[in-house]
Amino acid sequence: MEKTKKQEQTTTHKIGIYLWIWGLLFVLSFFSYMVDWYQFQGMLRWSLILFFMFLKAGLIMAFFMHLYWERYALVNVLLWPMTAIACFIFLMVAEFEYTVFTRLFYFVAGG
Amino acid sequence: MSDIKIEGYDFKPGFKGMAKDTGSDQTMFKGVHWGKAMMWIFLLSDTFIFSCFLISYMKGRGSTLIDWPNPSEVFGLHVFGVDVPLLLIAIMTFVLITSSGTMALAVKYGYEKNKKMCGWLILATAIGGLTFVGMQAFEWGKLIHEGVRPWENPFGAPQFGSFFFMITGFHGTHVSIGVIFLFIYAYKTFAGHYDEGKRGWFTSIKGDYVEIEILGLYWHFVDLVWVFIFAFFYLW
Repeated sequence: MEKTKKQEQTTTHKIGIYLWIWGLLFVLSFFSYMVDWYQFQGMLRWSLILFFMFLKAGLIMAFFMHLYWERYALVNVLLWPMTAIACFIFLMVAEFEYTVFTRLFYFVAGG
Repeated sequence: MSDIKIEGYDFKPGFKGMAKDTGSDQTMFKGVHWGKAMMWIFLLSDTFIFSCFLISYMKGRGSTLIDWPNPSEVFGLHVFGVDVPLLLIAIMTFVLITSSGTMALAVKYGYEKNKKMCGWLILATAIGGLTFVGMQAFEWGKLIHEGVRPWENPFGAPQFGSFFFMITGFHGTHVSIGVIFLFIYAYKTFAGHYDEGKRGWFTSIKGDYVEIEILGLYWHFVDLVWVFIFAFFYLW
C-alpha cells in the first residue's frame, strides 16, 4: 500500500504547476505579439522572437509534456537528434547565402 | 511518469537510471507503456518533417531577391475601422495555448481517475482545436480571396504562397486529426472505457488512462509546432 501510494505521486502533479505554466505561456505569447505590435526591427526583433519562442517551447516540453519529470534515457533519445536539425539549419544558411550571391552576380551584375 | 509494471524492476532517477535503461535487457524503457514510447518516437520523426518544412522556408525566403510580403500586414485584420496587425493569428495562438492547458489538466485528472473532469477537459480541448481549425480555414479563405496562390501573390515574392499553404496546411491537418481523436477519447472517457480497461476498436490492449497522456503528448506537440510557426512565419 505504501509503495503504490508512492508510485502514484510520480504520475500526478499539483494543479498549481499546470496553471502557472499556462499563465506563463499566455504572458509570453502576449509579449511575442507585442514584438509585432510595436514593430521592433532588426536584431532586437529577432532576438526577442527567438527568446520568447524557445522559452515557450521549453515550458511546453518540460511541463506539459512532462519531460522535466521524465527519465533521462527518454529525454536524451529525444533531444540529441535535434542537433542534426541544427546542423541542417547551418548548412542551409550557407546554401541560401550562396544562392543569393549567384543570383545577385548573374541577374543583377550580369556575370 | 512511468508506472512500474515489471516486477522487481527498480527504476533509478538521473544518469544512473539512464545507464540502466540503455543497458537494460530486452526493452529499454521498462515500465513505460509501449504506446507512449512509440508516440515519442513518432513525435520525433514529425519534428524532423516540420523542421524540413521550416528550413526550406528559411532557404526560400533567404534566397529570393524579391521582397518578402510583410506578414503583419498580410495577416492583419480590419476591425471596427482600425487595422490590427496579426490579430487573427494572435487569437489562434491564444486558443491553441488554452486548449493545450486544458489538455494538460485532462491528463492530470485522468491519472487521478477523475472521469468527469477528464472528459469535460478533453471536450474543451477538442472545441478549442475545432475553433483553431475554423479560424485557419477563415484565414485561408481570406488569403485565397485576396489572390494568394502557391505560385503567385499580390504582396511580394511568389514563393510566399507555397510555403504558407504547405506549412500551415500540414499543421492544420495535424490539428484536425487531433480534434477527431479528442472527440473519440472524450467519448471513451465518459463511457468509462479507461476505468473498466475496455479494449479499443483496433487493439487487443486494455484501455488505461495512460492513453490520455499519449493523446496529450500529441496535442502538446501540435501546440509546440505552432509556437515555431508563429515565430518564424508570422512574426519574422
